[in-house]
Amino acid sequence: MIRIVATTELSRRKTTFMRILAVTAALAAAAVIMLCMKLNPLKIYGQIIAGSLGSAYRFRETVNKAIPLTVLSLGIGIAFRMKFWNIGAEGQFFMGAFGASLAAFAFPGIPRPVLLFLMILSSFVFGAFWSLIPAGLKIKFNASETLVTLMLNYVAQLWIGYLQYGPWRDPAANGFPKIAHFTQNAILPKVFGIHIGWIFTLILAFIFYIIFKRTKFGYEIDVLGESEATAHYAGINVPNVLLVTVMLSGGLCGFAGMMQASAIENSLSEQLSGGLGFTAVITTWLAQLNPLLMVLVSFLFSMLIQGGNFLQSAMQIPSSMSQILEGIIIFFVLGSEFFIRYRFVFVKKPKRSPDLPEAAK
Amino acid sequence: MPGLSFRSFHKTAGTGRDVRQQPFIPTQHKVPVMETFIELKNISKRFGTVQANEAVSLNIKKGEILALLGENGSGKSTLVNILAGIYSPDSGSIFINGKETFFTSPEDAIKNGIGMVHQHFKLVNVMSALENITLGEKNSFLINKKNITKKITSLENTYGFSIDPDKKIYTMSVSEKQTVEIIKMLYHGAKLLILDEPTAVLTPQETNRLFDVLRRMRQQGCSVVIITHKLNEVMDISDRVSVLRKGKFAGTVLTSETSAPQLAELMVGGDVSLEVIRAQAERSPEPLLTVSRLCVKNENNLPVLDDVSFSLYGGEILGVAGIVGSGQKELCEAIAGLTRADSGSILFDKDELMGMSPLNIKKKGLRMSFIPEDRLGMGLVAGMDITDNVMLKTYDESEGPFVDRSDGKKRAELIVKNYDIATPGVNHIVKKLSGGNIQKVLLGREIEMHPRVLVTAYPFRGLDVGASNTIYAMLNEQKCKGVAVLLIGEDLDVLRALSDRLMVINNGKVMGIVDPRTESKDRIGIMMMGGNT
Repeated sequence: MIRIVATTELSRRKTTFMRILAVTAALAAAAVIMLCMKLNPLKIYGQIIAGSLGSAYRFRETVNKAIPLTVLSLGIGIAFRMKFWNIGAEGQFFMGAFGASLAAFAFPGIPRPVLLFLMILSSFVFGAFWSLIPAGLKIKFNASETLVTLMLNYVAQLWIGYLQYGPWRDPAANGFPKIAHFTQNAILPKVFGIHIGWIFTLILAFIFYIIFKRTKFGYEIDVLGESEATAHYAGINVPNVLLVTVMLSGGLCGFAGMMQASAIENSLSEQLSGGLGFTAVITTWLAQLNPLLMVLVSFLFSMLIQGGNFLQSAMQIPSSMSQILEGIIIFFVLGSEFFIRYRFVFVKKPKRSPDLPEAAK
Repeated sequence: MPGLSFRSFHKTAGTGRDVRQQPFIPTQHKVPVMETFIELKNISKRFGTVQANEAVSLNIKKGEILALLGENGSGKSTLVNILAGIYSPDSGSIFINGKETFFTSPEDAIKNGIGMVHQHFKLVNVMSALENITLGEKNSFLINKKNITKKITSLENTYGFSIDPDKKIYTMSVSEKQTVEIIKMLYHGAKLLILDEPTAVLTPQETNRLFDVLRRMRQQGCSVVIITHKLNEVMDISDRVSVLRKGKFAGTVLTSETSAPQLAELMVGGDVSLEVIRAQAERSPEPLLTVSRLCVKNENNLPVLDDVSFSLYGGEILGVAGIVGSGQKELCEAIAGLTRADSGSILFDKDELMGMSPLNIKKKGLRMSFIPEDRLGMGLVAGMDITDNVMLKTYDESEGPFVDRSDGKKRAELIVKNYDIATPGVNHIVKKLSGGNIQKVLLGREIEMHPRVLVTAYPFRGLDVGASNTIYAMLNEQKCKGVAVLLIGEDLDVLRALSDRLMVINNGKVMGIVDPRTESKDRIGIMMMGGNT
């Protein structure tokens, strides 16, 4: 007879070990699939690493993907800590990019720092606005924020699509349905060959780490996340904290959209995100809502994405191979949570009641 | 059946109200002839680092009422949950009628005639009594309502219940729900009924009615295991008492041969005082809290507090007695600013509290503390450590945007020391502490804020003798310091012993404020039910 028993709190080291074990097991499981496809798993793993870190260019590409992923994770994470299930990062990302584009197209001539500042501000406001809709509906009508944020993703993406095919379509694009490029002063500058967003990202991650670790605001978010009744009881201004947190959450996601539009795409398009807003939900969870871990996890995920692209171009292996790998890793890591909380105990049906019940332990 | 003649004799002796005064003659005769129904041998169960049960052996005879006694965390609930098939033991075995049996689910247990009524009922609220009773029945595809009703009626006649099978659960009182649970178990053929703290939520009259039912079950040859903290009830209803202490078996005694103090000693493993003492204190000349004509409506616009008026003086404990759900929660929350009152006035000294949120009250410097009923869901943050919980109401007092955790830690350490909280350290997560220690963290934090008015809702609920004694002493000490204490309670004996005045409420209305020194328990019970005295 096998029984499932809740374990004691495992030490941090053991928990980390479990997670590393899970990733290793995931790689092994994925290797089996590759072998079935008559591919050499070692070679593929090697290519993923080479493809994501193997040259300065590839490394830059990986970082370029890690930047929006991390900022999105930070945005999602702050809401998740409050147990506000914001899975609308994708939509807030698009609205942020839209806000940035609005500023970029409205004032193409003003000095670069001013314009960039305006774009950041605008993207933050639009992202925050997009997240305040579900927050308002939740406060007013107790509407499920999960559903509302999810649905608003499609609204935002379709809105950008409408702009791209309609009013904002670039007449100079030879009939292609695309939006015009930003002027040069609307594009984020580069530092060490990578756009300056990486510095913003690291600073933001550190700021949020401090917010959660040390500040009153972080404390309020955590109390509110644990129990709304306790927050009321303690005299925390609940609607206030909720609104500010959700605004920050949406605003950060919007800022990620601005960086992507300005530095990577140099324009706005309905393909801008490529599903990053959803991937970020996963990285947020895997990082256990810890801002510093988000940087690491987002980077590792970017390696997979970038490595997958490389597989496709260099080895003609579909990049879905790396998506399979992503899926398997998520599956194993989430599965390992079960083994962190429970363990299996094998018990034999005792013939006689044992005299030493403590012998087992 | 060998015990039958004794049982019919018992009927006359056992159903009387004043069993306590009479010696248990039938029990003494019955014990040698009664056969064992269920035997637990060397049951051990461990949860993580906690050894909940360690080599516990217990036997339950046919046609007896066995009381299971023990402090919080002594492993009573674990043991009966093993018996009910909810947990499986790590080691040890269960014998039913001499045959070793393994349960892997509650279904197995009920098949073997073991039914459990949990402290928190397992009923489907939107279904009727009948639907709940037949829930899980698998032997027929169609529901034959006529047959079921007949079977329920015959159970009612045998054991003296009365229940409307078509009544929905959510419209029922606590006592009715409990009856449905018991009928459910008997309907499914329970020969042993396990009751986990069944009287905690009942009025004295309802408790008596329940005990009548249990005695009838005993006559019919059913066995009953009852868990309770109330020693007088143990003395009243049980034939034998088994005591657990810190997960280990401490002994079984015949009820007729023991006394409440002796049981308490067995339970705690040393001398304990059962006496609840009313401290003597000087009452303030002017009331500190004056509630007048307070009305609160719930979300369905129905009155939950109806024209409530009373004054609370410094240096007194004003007890509030009433059936659970008579408006106690709303009263506390209206005073604390958590619920918006519809009309009336709440004066704190000279300051009007109506329309003030907890934040307003705090900012205005009105020193009022509230110990809510839901400790982990409202009073504390379950997943945070002691330090963070101690800071809950004062975290915003430091300058600047940062939280001063070193100050919080100092205060947490002081509270741990002063209130004798058993914890590995102030960084320990609160929900992992035992019930008594959780309450001490909460009460300690509030008392250290030096309140002038202290509102407490069920501060002893679920606490064992030792922890309860500590809390009594803490409240008495506050009273002696001139604090005005409002004490919502459920155990009438404790309420009567501790309060200076006792306010009885029913259905949101004040039935009267009585002197607990002179008013009889029965009359208070009748007032709680809304009857005139």
